[in-house]
Amino acid sequence: MKYFLQRIAFYLFTAWAAITLNFFIPRLVPGDPVQSLIAKFRGQLSTEAINSLYVLFGLDDDKGLWAQYIDYWKQLFQGDLGLSFTFFPSPVSQIISDALPWTVLLVGITTVISFLIGTSLGVLAGWRRGSWTDGLLPVTTFFSSVPYFWLGIIAIYLLTGPDSFFPSSGGFDSALIPAWDQYFIPSALQHSLLPALTILISSVSGWILSMRNMMVTVSSEDYITVAHAKGLSERRVAVSYAARNALLPNISGFALSLGFIVGGTLLVEIVFSYPGLGFILLQALGAKDYPLMQGIFLVITISVLVANLVADLAYLLLDPRTRKDG
Amino acid sequence: MTTIPTSSTAQVIPGQGAMAQPESAKPAKAKRRRFLFLRNAKAVIGLVILGLYVLFAIIGPWVTPYDPDARSNDLIQAPSADHWFGTTHLGQDVFSQVLDGTRSVVFVGFLAGTIATVLSVIIGITAGYLGGRTDDTLSALSNVFLVIPAIPLMIIITSILENASNLLIALVIGLTSWSWNARVLRAQTLSLRRRDYIEASRATGEKTWRIVGFELLPNLTAVIASGFIGTVIFAVLSLITLAFIGIVSNAGWNWGTILFWAQGQQALAQGAWWWFVPAGLAIAFLGTALSLINFAIDEFVSPRLRSMGKTKLKTASGGTVRMRIGFTPVLDNSAAPHTHAKPIPINTGGATPVIRETAGS
Repeated sequence: MKYFLQRIAFYLFTAWAAITLNFFIPRLVPGDPVQSLIAKFRGQLSTEAINSLYVLFGLDDDKGLWAQYIDYWKQLFQGDLGLSFTFFPSPVSQIISDALPWTVLLVGITTVISFLIGTSLGVLAGWRRGSWTDGLLPVTTFFSSVPYFWLGIIAIYLLTGPDSFFPSSGGFDSALIPAWDQYFIPSALQHSLLPALTILISSVSGWILSMRNMMVTVSSEDYITVAHAKGLSERRVAVSYAARNALLPNISGFALSLGFIVGGTLLVEIVFSYPGLGFILLQALGAKDYPLMQGIFLVITISVLVANLVADLAYLLLDPRTRKDG
Repeated sequence: MTTIPTSSTAQVIPGQGAMAQPESAKPAKAKRRRFLFLRNAKAVIGLVILGLYVLFAIIGPWVTPYDPDARSNDLIQAPSADHWFGTTHLGQDVFSQVLDGTRSVVFVGFLAGTIATVLSVIIGITAGYLGGRTDDTLSALSNVFLVIPAIPLMIIITSILENASNLLIALVIGLTSWSWNARVLRAQTLSLRRRDYIEASRATGEKTWRIVGFELLPNLTAVIASGFIGTVIFAVLSLITLAFIGIVSNAGWNWGTILFWAQGQQALAQGAWWWFVPAGLAIAFLGTALSLINFAIDEFVSPRLRSMGKTKLKTASGGTVRMRIGFTPVLDNSAAPHTHAKPIPINTGGATPVIRETAGS
């Protein structure tokens, strides 16, 4: 329990750090970005939006930094992330909540599958060294050195076309309206296959490698020798004795690599024009839409923190040593 | 456990194991030790490829057959003798762009790697060696940086620093990607600082900076090197990513910029595969070379991780046996009824096959 509370405290601290970082970044922008934006959106910005912008960029001169910081937190707690320029006059929070489910489902499901496949292959590669599994390493290394988005481009080039099963862009058939019905869900699934496959292929090798190395380290431990000496079947020793213990570091690795995978996923979404956060981020970048960019960064960071917390809980359940001193 | 009666054993394959190594003359031995790292095939392949990239990073912009910006009338041409990698929508030579871009990729990769490594060494070793309050603070700092997703952070910072130069980008990447190495180094320092030789030098009154610099650092070289290479891979991928989204427009050509234009000009729809394949392969081979070096370092430090090559051996009696570290396969020579002997585990790292005469023969 003590361990758990420590972790929660740490994540709260990290969330605070990320939000504070988010507060300071726009204050580094040289010049007066709001003026140029007002000029750009000639007359379209309401006074309220302009005020919100000044708070966001810290350019309301009559207030000190501390007062600005308090204002920023007040805005955040009201769920107000400002107004987007790209999708004017929609609030940032609404745009993000539309896009978030796409990204979360895509990243979540593919990461879990990738973790499972990679870990099992890693167990195999670590246990049966010197067999065909050694050939996995160079191949997967090559794939993991390729940027996610480039693999996506190649996948689009090779696998999509006018009469291909795989659609080349979008998150669902444009003739459909998003709803939980028998037309929309299969279409969404079909559109997500190729992006998911791309992420899977790029991310699986990391799991294989780390699991293999852990298996190799674990399999020379004394308790493995004892298990062998007891005459247990090879399979039982490999799965219940070696893999179980080798798995733990991989789970904490899971949490840490999540941020990296999310970064790659944003790019995959851009390539596939998949309606998630990455695609919106690209549009925000093009239009210098700072409120939207910051909102996306904040949401991604907090999602990663939550996922980390979940991985920590899993670790707590799997490793009795962390429970012992609680 | 190690009491295998040696009288009844016979070596099946001579030349395997430490005993079979003949003692060589001293100078030759010293030479061999120095190049031990290079005996690893992965290290050699990785270093050769990396060397080629560094070479092209230096001479690339001088040997391009065309000016990478120069337009011509050969629009979207497939690869030919004139244009090895084809041309773009403006008739620019893709081969020249790839060559020209090598310099900024290698520059940013190595500079960011160096910045991140220096930071991680300072923070990781300080935290691990000093411990206490300092450790808590620095660990918390690196954990925060570890958990915050780096790519979105870099994207936002770079887009706010409009028209960032390569130097600035390397700085941003380096400052956001040191945390993993710092963590690894801290753990390694923690385990080293209680070793006898460190205690001994502390007892003899050596200064802290000397202990860190002359006792700790040399023993952390491999960890630092592998962290550096890992960060270089990450930095290269980050630069390409930033350029691909189009927020690094003013920093000259790099492979990400090529991909940005290819994507923006619908290279896919026009079937212009030559536009994006070379840049991607250039990234992939650079990444593979660096990963190979990293694997070689890992294997150099921890020989267990080496892939073992051929592990299935034919024995004299015609059977096959699979070798595993820590186990001694028991072979039987006769087809006579056999005891239920299992492989006998031994503790040493070397795997030595043993022929045991069956009780009856």
